[in-house]
Amino acid sequence: MQQEIIIAGFGGQGVLFGGQVLAYAAMDTGMEVTWIPSYGPEMRGGTANCTVVISDREIGSPLVKNPPLAIALNLPSFDKYESLLATGGTLIVNQSMVDRVAKRVDIQSIFVPCNEIAEEIGDKRLLNMVAVGALLTALPEIGLKDVEKALENHLPAKHQHLLPKNFTALRRGLEHAQKMPA
Amino acid sequence: MSRELWKGNEAIAEAAVRAGLEAYFGYPITPQTEILEYLSRRMPKLGRAFLQAESELGAINMVYGAACTGARVMSSSSSPGVSLMMEGLSYIAGTEVPAVLVNVMRGGPGLGNIAPAQGDYNQAVHGGGHGDYPRIVLAPASVQEAIDLMALSFDLAEKYRMITMLILDGSVGQMMEPAEMPEMRSPNRKKFDWATDGALNRDRRVLSSIYLDPLAEEQTNFRLMQRWKEVMANEVRYKEYFLEDAEIVIVGFGTAGRVSLSAVRAARERGIKVGLLRPVTVSPFPYEVLDRLTGQARTFLVVEMNTGQMLEDVRLAVRGRVPVAFYGRTGGVVPFPDEILDEIQRINTEPVSAEADPRQSWLDRMTAIKA
Amino acid sequence: MTIAPNNLVYDRPEAFTDMPTHYCPGCTHGVAHRLIAEVLDEMKVIDRTIGVAPVGCSVFAYNYFDTDFVEAPHGRAPAMATGIKRVLPDRIVFTYQGDGDLASIGMGEIVHAAARGENLTVIFINNANYGMTGGQMAPTTLPGMKTTSSPDGRDVETQGYPIRMAEMLSTLEGVGYCVKRSLHDPKNIRLAKKAIRTAFETQWRGLGFSMVELLSTCPTNWGMTPVNSLKFVEEHMVPAYPLGDYKITDPIKQIKV
Ligand SMILES: Cc1ncc(C[n+]2csc(CCOP(=O)(O)OP(=O)(O)O)c2C)c(N)n1
Ligand code: SF4
Ligand SMILES: [Mg+2]
Repeated sequence: MQQEIIIAGFGGQGVLFGGQVLAYAAMDTGMEVTWIPSYGPEMRGGTANCTVVISDREIGSPLVKNPPLAIALNLPSFDKYESLLATGGTLIVNQSMVDRVAKRVDIQSIFVPCNEIAEEIGDKRLLNMVAVGALLTALPEIGLKDVEKALENHLPAKHQHLLPKNFTALRRGLEHAQKMPA
Repeated sequence: MSRELWKGNEAIAEAAVRAGLEAYFGYPITPQTEILEYLSRRMPKLGRAFLQAESELGAINMVYGAACTGARVMSSSSSPGVSLMMEGLSYIAGTEVPAVLVNVMRGGPGLGNIAPAQGDYNQAVHGGGHGDYPRIVLAPASVQEAIDLMALSFDLAEKYRMITMLILDGSVGQMMEPAEMPEMRSPNRKKFDWATDGALNRDRRVLSSIYLDPLAEEQTNFRLMQRWKEVMANEVRYKEYFLEDAEIVIVGFGTAGRVSLSAVRAARERGIKVGLLRPVTVSPFPYEVLDRLTGQARTFLVVEMNTGQMLEDVRLAVRGRVPVAFYGRTGGVVPFPDEILDEIQRINTEPVSAEADPRQSWLDRMTAIKA
Repeated sequence: MTIAPNNLVYDRPEAFTDMPTHYCPGCTHGVAHRLIAEVLDEMKVIDRTIGVAPVGCSVFAYNYFDTDFVEAPHGRAPAMATGIKRVLPDRIVFTYQGDGDLASIGMGEIVHAAARGENLTVIFINNANYGMTGGQMAPTTLPGMKTTSSPDGRDVETQGYPIRMAEMLSTLEGVGYCVKRSLHDPKNIRLAKKAIRTAFETQWRGLGFSMVELLSTCPTNWGMTPVNSLKFVEEHMVPAYPLGDYKITDPIKQIKV
């Protein structure tokens, strides 16, 4: 078993933490995992992305060219990863930040209005958790409970009071994605 | 101890602390700055020395000084900074004091960029400072391996009174992986019979790299080489993957090695008998195992994130008995597994000529793709 | 009123290329760039100027000035500039350096270029930290100031005291013009511009080494809004780094700008 996920968006959209939550969940369920960010001047106001590889054996490359799974939190990331996704893959698209429909028909694009859902929950920073929740529909190796436990175990102490809202965000994202026609 | 998710650079810093690091001297440079920043938080709390030097030149000479006292001491930097340290490294080697240096390599030459690269292999393994001196060079490919080798590096440096370098590329430094930290060892400074820690109740000692008499310097160089023979006999480390029946053998260290592992698995699924040798010590280099594999392999494929530096060491071991091919990405580009898989498939179908210059054939292919 | 050449009061200096800068919002690197460009315009020396870029946030300065440019190793700009000037003494050669570049790793190069009286102009940006690498302590970091490598605030007992470069270099015989200015408000920016002009005039007339130290902001790594970072310069940097003319030799005093 091996799963590869790229999460991409603007700096400040919680891209890196979104990936870390998945990495923690994978680690806590006993799997091997790598998390690797894009780093450097790109970070300054520009785009950010991270790649998460989850496997049941020693992981080779921590980078993937054509991931089967991706989250695109803004339009530039949608443009980039829609074309890079492996055939048959699933792309979670933050509908709040894109103004076009999917071009490819050989992948599944799931549109989730992450910003709006996060704002409804009362904290726009939660948009990354909404997207991660949605991704779980295509990531059977990791359950909602695993991600919740990961958050419980690894969210910094000063953010622990935000746990319930994080859980709601994950669940809302997942539910939204499940409602989408496959 | 349970597994925790560690970022490579921070894991290295914590592993050094747990191995009894007493003093750290460094200077900021991407992509290794987290080592310095982590230790700026951690070391003072433990009452140990942390100092941001005025430059890498300052840092390595602070290491030199502290090493003369017999303390566990290290510095870390990235390619351009390590270049500045070469003077100090040569002096440390000439004085035969133990010291540890981590190089989180980035794209070069010159200012280059901050992306992952392996272009400093030759500097670390063969060159660098002036004069004849051997040094131990370890090349971790994962966060756990970086932790394990960090602790080992101090032991090796002290055992052989020799510089031990860790070379890893920026991606290992920036990556997070689950890893287990060893228990905290207390800094238990050994009583070395060479350390200049004050001549209390003993004859005074002098540490220096100066030997005005060429014959004495020659003796010193002989001594260093004798010690190196011991290192070569005892300290070679490598990892083997799918080698039992491999006809094509890939050789790659660090990230190039682990990316190759993905390609090897993909090729195996296509029924190609290919395996991977990943040197963990690139100095001492695993010549012997390569010699053995030469009896079994049809072709070697060296994969590096440079223009073919370790390639020369592999060729030295293979000695023209079977063809050696090369694939590299450089300047901060990390190869994807499918590029290496393409190479494996090409080698598998069109035999490589033993006469061809592997670097030239590679360069021709690469520039043909671009054209 | 439509904008016409006769009523245009603010335009892009000719010494600038069309490239927008990559600096963070509110960073005064951009202001310093503009002042230099205006001076090069006024002196009509664009085609005979060679800039030396440092390693720091201004590493890409060569993208913004429409003059020849070289990019030095970290801290070595004064040495590279010396090399250029010694072969091309009739050109204007300037370095643009941050405080990590000039006052830490490049301390040797700047002191010796000044001591030799190299006929160069140095624009020195003091923003009290290493901007480019993410906000580590610099030799100019104020006592008690938190940075990513002095997480509990700079402790002078173990991390030493700030270095006042303009003051220090002004003790050297080879120095012709050495002053400190700030970029925190329009009045000070105007004074800074005058100083930069004088520094370049000093070089133009062969009157020795010239340096303008500029107190500058780094809102990103200071974790402040641009406005608060300007206040920080005024309230904390200026008292620690007093503005003033540290050395102006008599012939330079005669220069009217
Ligand atoms: C030899 C060497 N060491 C370290 C670095 C990493 N480095 C790049 S910029 C920089 C500091 C820049 O700070 P400063 O000069 O104050 O400029 P600022 O970014 O604040 O304008 C450092 C340490 C390098 N490029 N080369
Ligand atoms: S990091 Fe600081 S010095 Fe660099 S551009 Fe941003 S604000 Fe300016
Ligand atoms: Mg600075």
